[in-house]
Amino acid sequence: MASQEILREEPSRGSFVNDPKVRSLFFQAVVVVLLVAGVWWIAQNVIANLTRLHIASGFGFLKGRAGFDISESAIAYSSDSTYGRAILVGFINTVIVAVVGIITATIIGFIVGIGRLSQNWLIRKICTVYVEVFRNIPPLLVIFFWYSGVLAVLPPPRDSINLPFGSFLNQRGFYFPSAVWGDGSWLIFVALLVGIAMAWFVARKAHQRQMATGQQFPVFWTSAALIVGLPLLAYALSGFPLSFDYPKQSTFNLTGGFQVSPEFLSLYLALSCYTAAFIAEIVRAGIRGVSKGQTEAAAALGLRSGSILRLVVVPQAMRIVIPPLTSQYLNLTKNSSLAIAIGYPDLTATAGTVLNQTGQAVEGVLIMMAVYLILSLVTSAVMNVVNARMALVER
Amino acid sequence: MQEHDMSWVRTEMALAQPAPASVRGMGAWVRTNLIGSVGDAILTIIGIALVAMILPQVINWAFINAQWTGPDRSVCATVAQGGIQSDGWSGACWAFVNAKFGQFMFGTYPIEERWRPILVAILFVALLVPMLIPRVPRKGLNAILLFLVLPIISFVLLVGGMFGLPHVETSRWGGLLVTLSLSFVGIAVSLPLGVVLALGRRSKMPIVKMLCIIFIETVRGIPLITVLFFVSVMLPLFLPAGVTFDKFLRALIGVSLFAAAYMAEVIRGGLQAIPKGQYEGADSLGLGYWQKMGLIVLPQALKLVIPGIVNTFIGMFKDTSLVIIISMFDLLGIVKQNFSDPNWATPQTARSGLIFAAFVFWLFCFGMSRYSMYTERRLDTGHKR
Repeated sequence: MASQEILREEPSRGSFVNDPKVRSLFFQAVVVVLLVAGVWWIAQNVIANLTRLHIASGFGFLKGRAGFDISESAIAYSSDSTYGRAILVGFINTVIVAVVGIITATIIGFIVGIGRLSQNWLIRKICTVYVEVFRNIPPLLVIFFWYSGVLAVLPPPRDSINLPFGSFLNQRGFYFPSAVWGDGSWLIFVALLVGIAMAWFVARKAHQRQMATGQQFPVFWTSAALIVGLPLLAYALSGFPLSFDYPKQSTFNLTGGFQVSPEFLSLYLALSCYTAAFIAEIVRAGIRGVSKGQTEAAAALGLRSGSILRLVVVPQAMRIVIPPLTSQYLNLTKNSSLAIAIGYPDLTATAGTVLNQTGQAVEGVLIMMAVYLILSLVTSAVMNVVNARMALVER
Repeated sequence: MQEHDMSWVRTEMALAQPAPASVRGMGAWVRTNLIGSVGDAILTIIGIALVAMILPQVINWAFINAQWTGPDRSVCATVAQGGIQSDGWSGACWAFVNAKFGQFMFGTYPIEERWRPILVAILFVALLVPMLIPRVPRKGLNAILLFLVLPIISFVLLVGGMFGLPHVETSRWGGLLVTLSLSFVGIAVSLPLGVVLALGRRSKMPIVKMLCIIFIETVRGIPLITVLFFVSVMLPLFLPAGVTFDKFLRALIGVSLFAAAYMAEVIRGGLQAIPKGQYEGADSLGLGYWQKMGLIVLPQALKLVIPGIVNTFIGMFKDTSLVIIISMFDLLGIVKQNFSDPNWATPQTARSGLIFAAFVFWLFCFGMSRYSMYTERRLDTGHKR
């Protein structure tokens, strides 16, 4: 009994100053006190400054009349709309340029990235030059280059450059024919949806059959026939309801058609070119990250080079590629805020104008931060789902 | 003793035969690298067409048709545009860059005081070059001079207002001077701040950890422009009335905080890559927290993430161009500002100025990335399987 009591006795811990738990509590207490004091001091200053400048705080200002025009907007907007709607217009513009830019950057990036691994010396060098040039200059400079260096020195509308399919390019942007949907064109969209659904169903069935019996089915051609063929059939059946509104040259300007502004065009081209260089490097690293043994083992199993790429290399490379690709998509979205420098009305630009007009600096910056944070979170959530589907399933 | 008769064994080396003709020389190189297959040949033709389409035009524009010197816009404009060039002329207007070179470098820094930034630049190069060459001794002293003494000397020289040097407002700074000083200070501040944030994020103290996570993730989730808006619009509101901040200092704070968040994530990657045994070994030797981190963990972790750190530096160097949004004029800003100079406004001006700026940015960024590759190879002493 006596020996057990001795064992239960607490060992001597020395001074409590050296106890890690006490120290940790002490440091955290100091941090909290400093933080609270700092926030309190800042809040005091903000309140004092706002009362001095006669600015009412709160988000009530969003209901006020904006009074400024926005050059391009996807939803109805006029200077009589509210501040809140102006910010919404900016948000939609940001999303548009980010989505279109991400798609283009991915396509260019994959082409250039695969080109850098090509057997062909010339293609390899061209792709290397592309990557090294665009990676090492600021995106803002690329935007200015497209805007002031290329698009601004195009001919005026009178001498527009004619491009194929009835489209035009001039100082005021890029004009192309816009589609006019006539009566009954809803049938085409329905047919397209049905085609996609059937293609998905066919692909599933074909996969199940291959798993069960080993027999293959030409999924690609069937899907292509379904997705393209059904809408075409619907188009013919509903009496060719689609027509095009071509841009026409008048004395001083082009009328009709759909106009893409030079601001959007330069932002979109610059972001795509710039981000593509980074995506190319990611793709290259991903493909090189798949060990040679995988390719050789697949070849030893008798797969053809196309199948090796599709079934063995790409699925493994995607696993390496997707996480950094996500952060490039986020970067592109954040870089779209550079639009403010050339006057494309994105979120930063419209919120900045609102901020300047109302003086609601705190609220304006908070809205900007919140929206970008939400955009970032949504993008990374989507990419996390993709990543989870691609990730290695371990037993 | 019987002599071994081994006459069937060769006594001299056989001469090396040359490689077969099919795998050597220009022909073989072309066969394997350019026309390996039908698809390859088609790609080569497309590539040659692309190069043939672009390269002559670029050379023509940048060198052959370019105007190198001239007093004003007339040398860079066609007759129809009010200049002296024939119609259809298109060439670089290097004369514009030439005439504005001083502004591109120093902004509107007073001309008679420009020896000060030049002296700072010379000192900077003189301290940086030995720092970068591994063989040069006394790295410790060099680092102290570069990161502690030079900033003080530069501050005195550039700002002035003491030792008989006239004061120069930071609003008069511009061009490459602003770009370089912003990035140098940004680098010097963001690296230690990033280390602290990364350590905080991996700390066992929940409150410290949470604060670090909130800071890092918020800053990484928003664009730099929003951060710059924040410091330029909200910082004045946060301070007592009457206290004002220099605009340059505000940009400096914004850029440094922004880079620190990215740096923290890079360094955290390095910290995570260090095996647990290293931490435990340090603990069992009785080292305290800062000794453990400073002597055992960080040296290994930082070495692992050199490429990431340099990438962050490069990103920050490029990001300094965004200060144009809060109306400061770095290299890009001053180039853009000069487009509107009626004395030089021609269709070629913008292009020439931007390509010059792009070349300067490219030179710095490319140099940094090459140097980081070199360091990576030099320090590659372990960890690689």
